Amino acid sequence: MSDLTLVRPKKTVAQRILGVFSSSIVNIVLLIVAVFWLVPTVGLFITSLRTAGDIAATGWWTVFTAPAQLTVENYTNLLSNTTITGSFLNTIVIAVPTTILVVMIGAIAAYGFAFLQFPGRDWLLIVVIILLAVPLQVALIPLARLFGAIGIFGSVLGVILFHTAFGLPFAIFLLRNFFTQVPTELLEAARIDGAGDWRIFFRVILPLGLPAIASLAIFQFLWTWNDMLVALIFTNSESQPLTVAIQSQLRQYGANLDVLSTGAFVSMIVPLIVFFAFQRYFVQALLAGSQK
Amino acid sequence: MTDTATARTTPSPGRRATAPSPGRARLRRGAIIASFLLPALVVLGALVVYPIVFTVIRSFYDQGGQNFAGWDNYVTMFTNDTTFTAIRNNIMWVIVAPASCTILGLIFAVLLEKLRWKTAFKLIIFMPMAISMLAAGVIFRGMFQESPNLGVVNAALVGINNIFSDSADYPGARPRDGFGIVEDRGVIASADTIAPGGTQDFPLTGIRATSLPDDAAQAIPAANASDTQITGTVFLDVLRGGGGTDGEIEPGKRGLPGIRVDAVAADGSIHGYATTGAGGDFVIDGLAVGAQYTVALPASNFDEGFQGVSWLSASFINGVVILSYIWIWAGFAMVMIASGLSAMDRSLQEASRIDGANEWQVFTRITAPLLSPVLIVVFVTLIINVLKIFDLVYVIPPGASKPAANVIAVEMWTVSFGGGANQGLGSALAILLLVLVLPSMIINVRRFREDRSR
Repeated sequence: MSDLTLVRPKKTVAQRILGVFSSSIVNIVLLIVAVFWLVPTVGLFITSLRTAGDIAATGWWTVFTAPAQLTVENYTNLLSNTTITGSFLNTIVIAVPTTILVVMIGAIAAYGFAFLQFPGRDWLLIVVIILLAVPLQVALIPLARLFGAIGIFGSVLGVILFHTAFGLPFAIFLLRNFFTQVPTELLEAARIDGAGDWRIFFRVILPLGLPAIASLAIFQFLWTWNDMLVALIFTNSESQPLTVAIQSQLRQYGANLDVLSTGAFVSMIVPLIVFFAFQRYFVQALLAGSQK
Repeated sequence: MTDTATARTTPSPGRRATAPSPGRARLRRGAIIASFLLPALVVLGALVVYPIVFTVIRSFYDQGGQNFAGWDNYVTMFTNDTTFTAIRNNIMWVIVAPASCTILGLIFAVLLEKLRWKTAFKLIIFMPMAISMLAAGVIFRGMFQESPNLGVVNAALVGINNIFSDSADYPGARPRDGFGIVEDRGVIASADTIAPGGTQDFPLTGIRATSLPDDAAQAIPAANASDTQITGTVFLDVLRGGGGTDGEIEPGKRGLPGIRVDAVAADGSIHGYATTGAGGDFVIDGLAVGAQYTVALPASNFDEGFQGVSWLSASFINGVVILSYIWIWAGFAMVMIASGLSAMDRSLQEASRIDGANEWQVFTRITAPLLSPVLIVVFVTLIINVLKIFDLVYVIPPGASKPAANVIAVEMWTVSFGGGANQGLGSALAILLLVLVLPSMIINVRRFREDRSR
């Protein structure tokens, strides 16, 4: 764009003034927008740093005039709350295996769809694309019965299986799109060297596909970490993740905002770290597949 | 790979003998294909496709699942008030939320190009995508609490309102009994009529000394009134620490500034008014000589004042929940559209600018049409997402406004798991969601096929 400015007819003084004026207006407007977007999160964070008494009496913004009320008391209380610490561990126990399963099963299936020839392949792929948009509500009742019948209802295993199944269409779609962009010469060369499909998958495609796999893994991890609905139905008080443990506090909203806000912020810490560390990959996952 | 093996497994024996054991190779090939695809297909078949079929069938059975119920569940869904509210709300969501997010995302994406700090801006707007809807729900419920002391939105509104409305408010004020003034439906007035030239004092109680405005000063006895004036003093008839004489203006009793005082004629019309000064004193001037007036302090002086909006009540709850959704998903739209913009070849825009098109024309005639594929992707994704909205609606509304905020996914959960135990109706609601998603599915498949044929 900048190299073309030379070609442009010279701006008049009025246009220049207008340009500076409008760009500073844009700056101010977007600055206000950014502040508005930050206030909710900042408010929650400050709330979590105040005692229950302060929270019930005044708003979080009073810390700007009385910063002495800030305390980490809620966090130390939360650390000794075994329900919360247990559910934090459960969240990891659910999110990590789910991510691994989705990436593994999704990657090999995506290889199949991208490089193997077999009758009905395109139809199967269309089925996968249809499944992308299936609301998970349709599976709640049957899978609750099925998992009950095989004795995994209430355990983390059920939640892992559920998320794996509903994460797969997106995984296959995203990775297949990426794999098909791999230059065919690379595969041909490997084939001529006598490599079989599994060898090609592990030696050629997987290393080349790492960025896409990272995108998918981060997306799936956040998705599973943040889920509430599936865990609400498929776990019990022993196996519940953070989201479910926190929502059970909702009934006394206001009275226990100290637990609620601190819990909510703790549940956000891992996603926020993942997000800020890997946001490039997260964005790529959305760009590549965006139907979830 | 012997010949005998070939003979055994080849279905068509007429094949060319030179091909190295084609049957065995085919089997091997099939095994390889299966090894790549079978895990995914088994999981998808057992945990997604089978449940869809099951739920379709289940939706035609009654709540226990023993008796065939035909279309009963579907009829119930549209006739029952609760479920119908849920369906109606979902439709409203679909109309409002995806469009708002897309438009906002488009505006942000276009504007942020001019920004030096665009990466920071993108991160800030996009960040809510990373956190759970549960956490977002907790946040928004806190922000929209009704008490302006606790909820930041009402605190801001009340603060702004106080800047613009200068009238002082004295909620809870009562007349001191026995001094010729009475209270009637919030209005405090003289019990008898007063002729111009007279004086009417208003000793009031019931106001906390701490809630007096800063400019409230020592009460000043009323000045002598002329023929066309009525004078008086409105004051807090309480001495700090107690004591004093009721109804008397004494040192330590403070005037109530900013109170409007009306002179009301017999027919109810207001012939003159004044506002009390720092010492609570007032002078109503320009009154007719010889007329009789009731001196009244209108109820507006004693209102609670603006105390914010009940955001979480049934009337506003949907707006608040949708707002929280926009807070989360506008960033998604922005990032998608911004990347569409940055991938765009700008030569067309430059050419039309040289041809004299203004920025608005460039945007509407060239940029927006070029962006339309991205806009469609964003819009379809958001519709699919909005239809099954659950967490925010489950978390934000307090008990009393839950029915007003109900949506299909929440109702589905409520009737089949959250105490309802009617899995027939729950299945029908799930199928309704599936049907509502169908158009988006078709768009997805079409887009996929177009991409392939290109």
